[in-house]
Amino acid sequence: MTTRQITYLEAVREAMSLEMRENNDVFILGEDIGVYGGAFGVTRGMIEEFGPERVRNTPISEAAIAGAAIGSALTGMRPILELQFSDFITIAMDQMVNQAAKTRYMFGGKGKVPMVLRTPAGSGTGAAAQHSQSLEAWMAHIPGLKVVQPSTAYDVKGLLKAAIDDDNPVIFYEHKLLYRTTDDVPEESYKIELGKADIKREGTDVTIVATAIMVHKALEAASELEKEGISVEVVDPRTIVPLDKETIINSVKKTGRLIVVHEAVQRGGFGGEIVSVVAESEAFDYLDAPIKRLGGKAVPIPYNPTLEKAAIPQVPDIIEAVRETVKNK
Amino acid sequence: MMVKTLKLPEMITEEKLKDLYKEMWLIRYFDEKVDQFFAKGMIHGTTHLCVGQEASAAGSIAVIGRKDKIVSTHRGHGHCISKEGDINKMMAELFGRETGYCKGKGGSMHIADVEKGNLGANGIVGGGLPLAVGAALTSKMKKEDYVVLCFFGDGASNEGSFHESVNLAAIWDLPVIFICENNQYGMSGPVKEMTRVENIADRASSYGIPGKVVDGLDMIEIMNSVHEAVEHARDGKGPTLIEMKTYRWKGHSKSDAKKYRTREEEKEWREKDGIKRFKETLIEASILTEETAKQLQDQAYEEIEEAVKFAENSPEPSLDSLLEDVYA
Repeated sequence: MTTRQITYLEAVREAMSLEMRENNDVFILGEDIGVYGGAFGVTRGMIEEFGPERVRNTPISEAAIAGAAIGSALTGMRPILELQFSDFITIAMDQMVNQAAKTRYMFGGKGKVPMVLRTPAGSGTGAAAQHSQSLEAWMAHIPGLKVVQPSTAYDVKGLLKAAIDDDNPVIFYEHKLLYRTTDDVPEESYKIELGKADIKREGTDVTIVATAIMVHKALEAASELEKEGISVEVVDPRTIVPLDKETIINSVKKTGRLIVVHEAVQRGGFGGEIVSVVAESEAFDYLDAPIKRLGGKAVPIPYNPTLEKAAIPQVPDIIEAVRETVKNK
Repeated sequence: MMVKTLKLPEMITEEKLKDLYKEMWLIRYFDEKVDQFFAKGMIHGTTHLCVGQEASAAGSIAVIGRKDKIVSTHRGHGHCISKEGDINKMMAELFGRETGYCKGKGGSMHIADVEKGNLGANGIVGGGLPLAVGAALTSKMKKEDYVVLCFFGDGASNEGSFHESVNLAAIWDLPVIFICENNQYGMSGPVKEMTRVENIADRASSYGIPGKVVDGLDMIEIMNSVHEAVEHARDGKGPTLIEMKTYRWKGHSKSDAKKYRTREEEKEWREKDGIKRFKETLIEASILTEETAKQLQDQAYEEIEEAVKFAENSPEPSLDSLLEDVYA
C-alpha cells in the first residue's frame, strides 16, 4: 500500500469519497455541506465531484434530516448524515433512539437501517456549553446503535468504511481538535472492523484505556512517565459499541493496573462501563491497585479557555493518576 | 368492468369497490375483536383502535399500487389491513405470538411489512413523518417511481417533526402524500383547543404545496383526492397535504372514560358512519345489493374469526429469541 501523511479531516472526506465512487447508494446529507463545505470543512469539494443530488444540502431540521436518513436507509440507500455539532443530536434524538435503533427489533428482524451519523464532538474550541459536549455514553446505552470514536487519521479511514458498510445505524464521533492532526494513511480503501481495540503503545506497569482525544493525552503522559521508569500501555477501544473487552482485559492482566480516561463527564460516563467490565472479569484477580477513572467534571463546558481546559482531564492529571496508581509497585 | 355511474380513478373497478367494502368491515371487525380481547384481559399492553376511521385507510390505499409505500401511526391496524396486510399475522402479533408480524416483539404499535411497502406503525406521535420523507427520497434518487402515503393524526400536526418533514419534502419535490386523519382529538385534547387554524390542511400554504380538506368518511371523495395527489407526486411535482375529517368511535386507547367529549357528539358522528355511506353509494350505483353487501360483511367476520383461531393456536416466542434481531 502507498501511504502518505493526511489529516484526520481529510481521512473522513477520503473515506466518504471512496465509498461514494464505489456505490451509488451511498450519499451524504446535512446542513451547509454543499458549497460551504460543512461547518468544519469536511465535505469541501465533494459537491463539485458528486453533485447536489448526492451531497444534499439540507434545511436546519435535525429531526427531519435524521428521519430522512433512516427512511432512505430502510428503503435501500446507505446515507451518511452529517450533524454540525454532536450536541445537536439532542434535536434528532427521537429519530435516532426511538426509530433508527429499534426498527429492526420492533419489526421482528425485518428491515435494516444502514446509516452513519457523523458528527464532531468535544471541547477545546471555545464554543462553550452547547457546542462542546461528549455525549457518546447516551448513544452507547441504546441497544441497536453502534458507537465509534476514532483517534487517528488512519483509524478514521478504516473505521468509516466499516461504518458505511455496516447494516446498522452507526454514530461516528469525530473530535474537533483532532481534525488537523496528521497520520500515515494508505491511499487505498481499507476497513478496520468495528469492535477491535488498538494498543496504541505497549507497556507493562499500568494500562490506560483512553478514547478519542484522550488517547493522545495518554500517549503524551506515557512519554513523560517513561523518563521516570514507568511503563504505560495505552489501549484505544476505537469503538465503544461493540466494545473489545478481550483486549482491555488482557492488557489489565498483564499490567495489573487500570486507569480509564475520557473527555465526557465522568458521572455516568462510559468509563464506568469499562471499569465494570474489568472488575467483573478474571482480570480482577490481577489488580494490584484500585482502578482510577478520569473524566470531565460535572459542569457544562465553560467559555473561558482556562476554565474550559480545567473542565476535562489534561496530561498532568493523567501523569498524577499514574504515579498514584503505581506508587506501591 | 369500469364503473360508469361513479366518478372514480380508472383503477377502481366494480370488483375493487366490492373488495373495499369488505375490507372496511375487516378493519372494523378486527378492531372490535381486539377491543373485546383487551376488555377480557386476553391480550395485554395497549392498543389504539380505528373503528369509525376505516374510510381514510381503505380509500387512500385503494388508489396506490403494490410498489408504493405507506407510513402508519399508532392507530394503524386499518392501514396495515388495506396495504395487503395479513390479518392472521396481525392478530398473532397482538397476542404476542411467534407467528406475528414482529415475532411477538412489536405488538400493536409496531406492526410493519417492509416487503409489502408498509414501513410500519409508530409509537411516537409524529415519528413517522421524517421516515416517509426518507422513503420518498429513495424513490427519487433510485428512480423507483413509487409514492409514499404518510398517515398521521391531528395531534402529530403540532409536532416539530411535521413542520420539518413537510418543508423538507416540499423543497425536494418528493413523492409523498401527507394524510392527516383528523379524528378531532389528540388523546383528550380537542383539535379546536390545540390548533388555531380552522383546517390543518390550511398549513399547506406555509410550505408552498397544495392542501385539501376531505370528508374522511366519504370513500369516493377520498379516493379521488388521494389519486389526484398521487398523480401530482408521480409527475415530480412534490407533496400534497390532505386532511381527512373523521372520528374515532372508541377511546384513545384502553381505559379511556371519554370525559372530554359528549355521548351526543359521539352519536352524531356514528350516524355519519363511513361504511354505511359507502354501502348506500354502492347500492345506488347498482354495484351491491343489500344481500351481497351482507355476504361480504359476513365473509369479513368469518375471516377475523379465523385470524383469532390462528393467533390462539400459534406458539409463544422462545426465550432464545429475546436477543435476536437487535442488530442486522
